Amino acid sequence: MNGEQVRVVRAWEWARPERPARREVLSAVPQLEEARPPLLFVPGFGHGAWAFAEHWLEHAASRGFPAYALSLRGHGGSEPAPEATLRSYTHDVTQVAASLPRRAVLVGHGAGARVVAHALARYPARAAVLVAPVLGGWGTFGTALRRNPGGTLPAVFGGGLRLSRRQLFSRELSDGEARRHVARLGRAGRRAQWQLLTGRQPEPAVGRPPVLVLGSPDDRVVPAAALTRAARRYASAPLLFPGMGHDLMLDARWREPIDAILDWLEKDPAPAAG
Amino acid sequence: MSSSTDLGRAEPPPATSALTRDGRPVADRGDTVCVIGAGASGLTAVKNLAEQGFGVDCYERETGVGGAWNWRHDRSPVYASTHLISSRPFTQFPDFPMPDDWPDYPHHSQLLSYFERYADHFDLRRHIWFGTEVVRVEPVEGDRWDVTTRSTGGYGPERTSRYAAVVLANGHNWSPKLPRYEGLEGFRGEVMHASSYKDPAQLRGKRVLVVGAGNTGCDIAVEAAQQASRCWHSTRRGYWYAPKYVLGRPADQVNDTLLALRVPLRVRQWLYHWTLRLTVGDLTRFGLPKPDHRVYETHPIANSQLVYYVGHGEITPVPELARFHDRSVELTDGREIDPDLVVFATGYLPRFEFLEAKVLGDDEGVGRPRLWLNAFAAGHPTLAVVGLVQPDSGIFTISHWQSVLFARLLRLRASRPDGAAAFDRKVAAGLGERYSGAVKDSTRHWFEVGHANYLRALERALHDLEGAR
Repeated sequence: MNGEQVRVVRAWEWARPERPARREVLSAVPQLEEARPPLLFVPGFGHGAWAFAEHWLEHAASRGFPAYALSLRGHGGSEPAPEATLRSYTHDVTQVAASLPRRAVLVGHGAGARVVAHALARYPARAAVLVAPVLGGWGTFGTALRRNPGGTLPAVFGGGLRLSRRQLFSRELSDGEARRHVARLGRAGRRAQWQLLTGRQPEPAVGRPPVLVLGSPDDRVVPAAALTRAARRYASAPLLFPGMGHDLMLDARWREPIDAILDWLEKDPAPAAG
Repeated sequence: MSSSTDLGRAEPPPATSALTRDGRPVADRGDTVCVIGAGASGLTAVKNLAEQGFGVDCYERETGVGGAWNWRHDRSPVYASTHLISSRPFTQFPDFPMPDDWPDYPHHSQLLSYFERYADHFDLRRHIWFGTEVVRVEPVEGDRWDVTTRSTGGYGPERTSRYAAVVLANGHNWSPKLPRYEGLEGFRGEVMHASSYKDPAQLRGKRVLVVGAGNTGCDIAVEAAQQASRCWHSTRRGYWYAPKYVLGRPADQVNDTLLALRVPLRVRQWLYHWTLRLTVGDLTRFGLPKPDHRVYETHPIANSQLVYYVGHGEITPVPELARFHDRSVELTDGREIDPDLVVFATGYLPRFEFLEAKVLGDDEGVGRPRLWLNAFAAGHPTLAVVGLVQPDSGIFTISHWQSVLFARLLRLRASRPDGAAAFDRKVAAGLGERYSGAVKDSTRHWFEVGHANYLRALERALHDLEGAR
């Protein structure tokens, strides 16, 4: 965690509140209430709530966790928002989190992990899980450019970021399925894409949430070194799932990471120091 | 922690050898912190203390959360049409946003549902003992506190527990302040304080005199204009009646745009006067007195409708009252009016009847605590008052940060006593500090703070604490 100080005065944000937007929230709730904290899945850029509705929501619910996934504005079934910023996305996450019946666990995937990191400074989450986190900065850009120049370069000039099938999934996932998922990808706001590179780093989290970082060493979007760096920010080590692509929730072996997350939560991790 | 919903309250007091000064047994609650009141400020205190790892016992005299904002409570001052005066971003808890599809100025019933959701979301009810009122709070050796409670209404035995710290969040808008007038006792009409005003039906068809130009007074005057057969509105001086919207946006958001740009006070006052001239116009034309002060020097009034109804002749502005006669009221300009209902919207005074006035630095016993940051008393490092502010903006944001500061201070006291001692010195040096521009001297402005000045001071205090760790 960075050593920045808490911020009390936010005159600009008070003066210019975020525009409300219609948000898509998908959910799967266990039949019996088991006093487990609700999970809120936050998809990364281009993805929508559908990415979690595919496998993870139902699986979490079957293990007794109420599970929700939202589509950030401009994604999935949420309202179009071409001018969205990271701040608008953060607003979407805190709004949905605060609407849940109990203190939620925020689970962010890809650039959604960066949004979650911002949201943690605004909402005292029960815990946070960063899945294959793209926390931004120029290093991320370099990796993306090297691995997928054709899909990345247009984003520099305000175009959409296009992720390829091979960046997102391992070869274990059938081609048909991979194509189906890639066809559903949308794009994030132009300004939000830029802010991922140049924007301000997240402020320190409130409410001392324990944070788990996990990903795959064979991820072709987030290199293993970036995973380690992300985990170190939260004083831990990443949990690794070799052989999987960037989209752990859609890949062939989707069950392993979600089970690891739920196991971690069942152990009721202690609040972070601070 | 025991559950407060156990109706029988059968659990025996823990074995203990401590005794109160008058020899009754005391249940030692160890490091637990006591919070008095489960209104907005009490709830956020419970949440932030629990978040920092403290055990918390909260005592609430009513049977629900929400304090003043819960219309079911007999001490609640809300009336049917109460809406927020400050817009949503200024009013919500900073870490629990209100739904963004709510209006800019939510209704009091929405506020109550917001507090109930806050309590459930953070699982606060398990800390709260409902239907329990605090009778006495006494400091004992070791900076600890004996808190004596009993069932609301005085039934059942008293119980004393010893706590490591106490947060006073009993509110300051429930004990009516009633002015004295010559002949008031002999007045044959109906007289009420705004605290018992609930519904416009109380005004219907009557000749109503509303006294006081606070936000409540203005709201009631507007409702009297709509419902009563006649409405007089008596004010001590001319005020600036700010509309709730300027330039198409909530007025406080426009104001904070200037604050964010760090525009100096004088320039802001000038801009404000100018905006009001353009939007509201010259008030003396309507028979309202000219304000004897600049804006920001009295508590702001945000009411778009008052001037509208004055302009329609539905509200007659009148000066202060001189005396009451048997069927009429004499004004200071010699006129006499004949209302059959007088509503005193003359505000409230804080009351800490369970605590010796000296503890809060009120040595003369006038009822005005002398504190630093409106929250910390000298010589009592484990005591904090939360929510005792009259901000020109929302109060809950302030209560939140006050309780965050206190929770972190208590943690620091355990880990680094020298850092906490530095804080105590700052408290002693800063007693009675003001966080607003020059304001008119009145009990109305005892706790007046400018939200930007106050929160900046609080932010500095928080950063100093972090630095001390």
